[in-house]
Amino acid sequence: MTAVATALLPARLAWRQLRAEKTRLASAIAGVMFACVLVFMQLGFRSALFDSASALPRAMHGELFLLHPLTTALFRPEPLPRVRAFQTLGLPEVTNAVPIYLAQGSWRHPLTGVRRAIQLVGFDMEAGAVNFPGLTPLIDALKRPDTVAFDSRSRPEFGPVPALLAERGSIQVEIANRTVEIVGIVELGASFGADGNVVLSEVNFRRLIKERKASNTDLVALRLRPDADPASVKAQLTALLPADVVVLTHAELVQWERHYWETATPIGFIFAFGSLMGLIVGMVIVYQILFADIATHLPEYATLKAMGYSGGYLNRMVLASAAILALLGFVPGMLASSGLYDLVAKATLLPLRMDASRGLLVFGLIFGMCSLAGLLAMRKLRDADPADMF
Amino acid sequence: MESPVRLRGLEYAFGEGALRRPVLRDLTLSVEPGEVVLLTGPSGSGKTTLLTLIGALRAMQQGSCMVLGKELMGATEAERVGLRRRIGFIFQHHNLLGFLTARQNVAMALELDTDSTEQDRLDRASAMLEAVGLTDYADTVPGKLSGGQRQRVAVARALVAHPGLILADEPTAALDRQTGQDVVRLMRDLAKRNGMPILLVTHDPRILDIADRVVAMEDGRIAETVV
Ligand SMILES: Nc1ncnc2c1ncn2[C@@H]1O[C@H](COP(=O)(O)OP(=O)(O)OP(=O)(O)O)[C@@H](O)[C@H]1O
Ligand SMILES: [Mg+2]
Repeated sequence: MTAVATALLPARLAWRQLRAEKTRLASAIAGVMFACVLVFMQLGFRSALFDSASALPRAMHGELFLLHPLTTALFRPEPLPRVRAFQTLGLPEVTNAVPIYLAQGSWRHPLTGVRRAIQLVGFDMEAGAVNFPGLTPLIDALKRPDTVAFDSRSRPEFGPVPALLAERGSIQVEIANRTVEIVGIVELGASFGADGNVVLSEVNFRRLIKERKASNTDLVALRLRPDADPASVKAQLTALLPADVVVLTHAELVQWERHYWETATPIGFIFAFGSLMGLIVGMVIVYQILFADIATHLPEYATLKAMGYSGGYLNRMVLASAAILALLGFVPGMLASSGLYDLVAKATLLPLRMDASRGLLVFGLIFGMCSLAGLLAMRKLRDADPADMF
Repeated sequence: MESPVRLRGLEYAFGEGALRRPVLRDLTLSVEPGEVVLLTGPSGSGKTTLLTLIGALRAMQQGSCMVLGKELMGATEAERVGLRRRIGFIFQHHNLLGFLTARQNVAMALELDTDSTEQDRLDRASAMLEAVGLTDYADTVPGKLSGGQRQRVAVARALVAHPGLILADEPTAALDRQTGQDVVRLMRDLAKRNGMPILLVTHDPRILDIADRVVAMEDGRIAETVV
C-alpha cells in the first residue's frame, strides 16, 4: 500500500464516522458556514470601506499634494493657507498648483424635499488635477454659474438624479440653500464619510459655501515637470514650506486617507472583532460536535487503542474530522458570501467583491478555527483508556 | 517452543500511600502454545487486572511478564501499543464501531498492517466472517445485528489478523446461555485450528469443558489449577 493511502486511512475513518450521523454533520457544517459567512462579510465590509474611503484621493491627478497636518480625512479637512499653493511654484519643477476645496453641504431631495449632507468637491475645471470618469465633457457646462455634476454612485437617498436627468436633460436642485443646476453625471462612489458627492468649479463652490475664507483651501494638487523626481521635489518642498502643510505623494495621500479609517476610528477594530466573534462561535460549535462525537464513543476509541491503534492515529482521525468540516462548511459558505456580496453591494453601493486572496485568507482562518477545535476536542481522547475496557 | 505467556512474581497494586491496595501478589503463570486456559475466581480476585497487564493495556509495576517473547516490565507506551497489535481482544461488550459494516469492523484489525492492500483486507475480513457464519451479514451495520451476531463479529475481528494470543474477559456475560456457549465454542474451534492460545476469564461453569486447563484465582493469587 502506498504511503499516501496509509496516511489517508484515519481521514477515511473520520469521514465514515461523520457521515453516519447526518443531523450532527449538518449542524457542524451549518456552524462552519455561519462562521465563514460572518468572516467574509466582516472582511468584505472592511476592505470596501477602506477602498471607498480612499476613492476621492485615488481619483486625483497629481504627483504631489499639500495637506494640513491636522487633516485626518478628506471629508473633514483642516484648511491650509491658499498661498502655500503659489509658494510651490517657486520651484522650477512644479508646473501647476491646483487648490481643491472640500466641504459638506445640505442637499434637498429633488422629489421629496428631504435634506441630507452631501460632499462638495470644488476645483479649477481647467487645471486637470482631478479626473473622475465622465467629467471631461462636462467641463464647459460646469464653468457656468451655479452648475454641478452629480456622482451617480451616491446613495439612492439623494433621489433618482440620473433618471431625472435623462428624462429632462437638466434638473434644478437645492444645495446649501441655493438652487443649482445639475448638468451631468460623474462616477466616484459613496463612502462611509460621504453618502454622495457633487463636483463643481471653484467659483461655484464659493457661491455655495459662503462662510469659507477665500484665502484658505483644503488640499493642493501639484503637477510636476515630466522629468522631475517627485521624491526630491517633495524633500525640497518640505524644507521650503512652513509646518502648516505636509507634502505627500499620490500613494501617500491615498494611504493617509486609509490610515484614518484603519486606525483613528474603531471601524477597523470592529470588523476584526466581528470576524473574531464569528471564528469563536464557529470554533465552539465545531468543538462541541467533535467533543460529543468522542465522548459518546469512548468505548469504541478505547477498543481501537486496545487493538493497537496509537494515540497519534486517533488524534489524526479527530483532526481529519475537523479538516473535513472546514472544507464542507467553507465551500457553501463562500458561495453564500459571494451572493451576499452582490446583494449588499447593490444595496449600499460599496465596492464589495469576492477575490481569491480574501477567499484564501478566510479558508486559512476557517481551517485554523476547525483545527483548534480539533486540538481541544482531542484531549478528550485521553479518557478512552483501554485498561478500563474489560 | 516458547510459552506465549510467562509470568513470574507479578505484583500489582491500585492506589498510592495509605490507599495502596495490592490486587495481584507474587503471581506465577504460563500459557503454552495453542493452549486454552480459563481463569475463574470470585469477584474482585484480580482476574481482569491480570488480563489487562498481559494484554499490555496497563503498565507493569513489579515482577516479570513475558508475552509473545516481549518483556512488559519497563516497556514503553509505544512498545505496548506495538504488542497489542499481535493480541486479539474480546470484551464483554462487542465494542464494534457503529458506523462501519461488519466487514469494515473486521478489516479495522488489519488496517494497521501497512503492507496490505484495501482489497486484501476486505477479502480476509470476508473469509473470517464466513468462518463465524456471518457471510450474509458482511455489509450490515452492528445496530442491525443480534447480540450473538455482534459478538461473533467481535470474535472475527479478534482473530482475523492471526494474533499470537487471544484474551477474552467474560465474552458470554452479555449473551443468553445458549448463544454464549455457541460463541465461545466457535472461538475455541477457530483458535485451535490455527494454534492460537486463549486466556479466557469466565464465571460460567458450563463452558469450563472447552478448556485445556482451568486456573482458579483468589485474592490475587493462583488458588488451584485443574487440568
Ligand atoms: N481502576 C481501578 N482502581 C482501583 N481499584 C481497582 C481498579 N480496577 C479494579 N480495582 C480493584 O481491584 C480488585 C480486582 O479487580 P478486578 O477487576 O481485577 O477483579 P475481577 O477478578 O475481574 O472481578 P470480577 O469478577 O468482578 O470482574 C478489585 O477489588 C477492584 O475493586
Ligand atoms: Mg473482571
